[in-house]
Amino acid sequence: MRRILRRSYSFRNSMINPAGFHPSQIKFYVVLLPLILFMLLPIVFIISSAFKPLSELFAYPPRFFVVNPTLKNFTDLFGLMSTSGVPVSRYLFNSVLITAASVAASILVSTAAAYALSKKRFKLKKTLFAINTVALMFVPIAVTIPRFLVIVRLHLMDSFLVHILPALAMPVGVFLMKQFTDGVPDEVIEAAQIDGASDLDIYWRIVLPMIKPAIATIAILTFQATWNNADTSALYINNETLKTFAFYLTTLTSTASGANVVAGQGLAAAATLIMFVPNLLMFIFLQSQVMSTMSHSGIK
Amino acid sequence: MVRRWLEKEGRAYAFLAPYALLFLVFIVVPVGAAVLLSFTYFDTIQPPRFIGLSNYIMLITQDELFMKYVLPNTIEFAVIVGPGGYVLAFLLAWMLAQLPRIPRAILALILYSPSMTSAVTMAAVWQTLFSGDQSGYLNSFLLNLNVIQQPIQWLQSPQYLMPIMIIVTLWSSMGVGFLAMLAGMLEINPELYEAGSLDGIRSRWQEILYITIPSMKPQMLFGAVMAIVGAFQAGAIGVTLSGSNPTPQYAGQLIVNHIEDYGFLRYEMGYAAAVSVVLLLMVLFFSRIANRLFHEE
Repeated sequence: MRRILRRSYSFRNSMINPAGFHPSQIKFYVVLLPLILFMLLPIVFIISSAFKPLSELFAYPPRFFVVNPTLKNFTDLFGLMSTSGVPVSRYLFNSVLITAASVAASILVSTAAAYALSKKRFKLKKTLFAINTVALMFVPIAVTIPRFLVIVRLHLMDSFLVHILPALAMPVGVFLMKQFTDGVPDEVIEAAQIDGASDLDIYWRIVLPMIKPAIATIAILTFQATWNNADTSALYINNETLKTFAFYLTTLTSTASGANVVAGQGLAAAATLIMFVPNLLMFIFLQSQVMSTMSHSGIK
Repeated sequence: MVRRWLEKEGRAYAFLAPYALLFLVFIVVPVGAAVLLSFTYFDTIQPPRFIGLSNYIMLITQDELFMKYVLPNTIEFAVIVGPGGYVLAFLLAWMLAQLPRIPRAILALILYSPSMTSAVTMAAVWQTLFSGDQSGYLNSFLLNLNVIQQPIQWLQSPQYLMPIMIIVTLWSSMGVGFLAMLAGMLEINPELYEAGSLDGIRSRWQEILYITIPSMKPQMLFGAVMAIVGAFQAGAIGVTLSGSNPTPQYAGQLIVNHIEDYGFLRYEMGYAAAVSVVLLLMVLFFSRIANRLFHEE
């Protein structure tokens, strides 16, 4: 019967989220696989290069995959002082500390704002959320100069805070968080209010545990923004001991700084891998949480 | 009166305050300052001097670099990377949504992973892959295939720099917008598709146009805004790749580099601010178009 029905329509509708393999999916694999390989090439290259000895980094003809893998690039990297006498481990320590502090602060600031914008009643609620939605279109790189002037005025130059504070003003984070918090039923909150729970209790004990997927998403977005950030160190920090690992990586590769290009290649390859791997691990662990946040991401 | 307000609304503002303050300091004030500075002459040593619309007039009438290279480059780059990347993200999400869960998760991870990298941290990789001598990977590959006879200075040639900038940026553009569209697509009620096929939908294109897109307009809009912002935000890529500002013969010069050129190299902050305002207006303009297309009544 089904077969007859299907034949009577020339078009079989799409199968969204199918349970298993079906021959009709082959065409998607045929299109996707070459593209995936292309996307994967630079990533594989990062991994392969990091373990190449110098002779292979400069081999002619160049070879994509490593033949005799070695950890020498990593041991060299951490045995090294930068040209200004700061050990490389210091940059990495700064990056870890800054990233951890930014992620924690960003979670607190955005969830608190989202709780107010989603569950509290006040006059400017709609207006303020609309302003935040407009700010999704904000391109930070456009206002680098006025931001620089603001940071100078606030005496934030050469401080740890300048790495953290600007990263917390993340409209997309508050936006996603608010949309997700809308999904927490009002009844749950009202019931808690009747039981005499304070605002802080409701926020901390009821709302936060219910919006864990969105928290994971904010964590990833903040992580990527701060871990990869080299601009802050370049623009706002003169004190070498307060700069980040991402910034150190740029000094290895920029030809302008007169770095030793030959030795720099191996170091840069190892450092690039160190930059990339934590991003990847974060996303692998939190992928399902991110996807469930994203289904609430629409701008209505 | 004040006490009643505090009772009723004060706590909401208390929760909002930390974010609101940071938003004000790092977003509203800089944007406001850019607008104000754009009407002044400011060299960071003397206080800003009001000069009306002169900066804007100069931008349109006298800034030959801007009109000849920066504006056309920016539009070319933004149109291909923005809408182009957006359509690509949509099609990829559409294909992924029709695969079973596990292969979908793996392929989505691979497509998303480039967006976790940043242009500056990837500089070493691109400079090696596109290296200009015969030991560069791309050169060596093409020389082997006899496609080219001489190694090409990929990142220093005006005619190749822009296409490479576009490919590299597209490579890393399957970010949150892509994930949002994929998630939105997976949430569509399958009965809609059944109903559609009974109502006489004849092809996949019709299905995309009449069912898929209308059912996920909010995610489409979010994805569009992210694509537009990403396209303009990626502006520093030309300088990162070629290693110099200005880029070789201004081939990869985008509006963001122009701002940096005037602001941090020539210290003409007022003029740089005027260019920043133009950039923000461009983003706003494109976002309004996206809004027209996907906003739900």
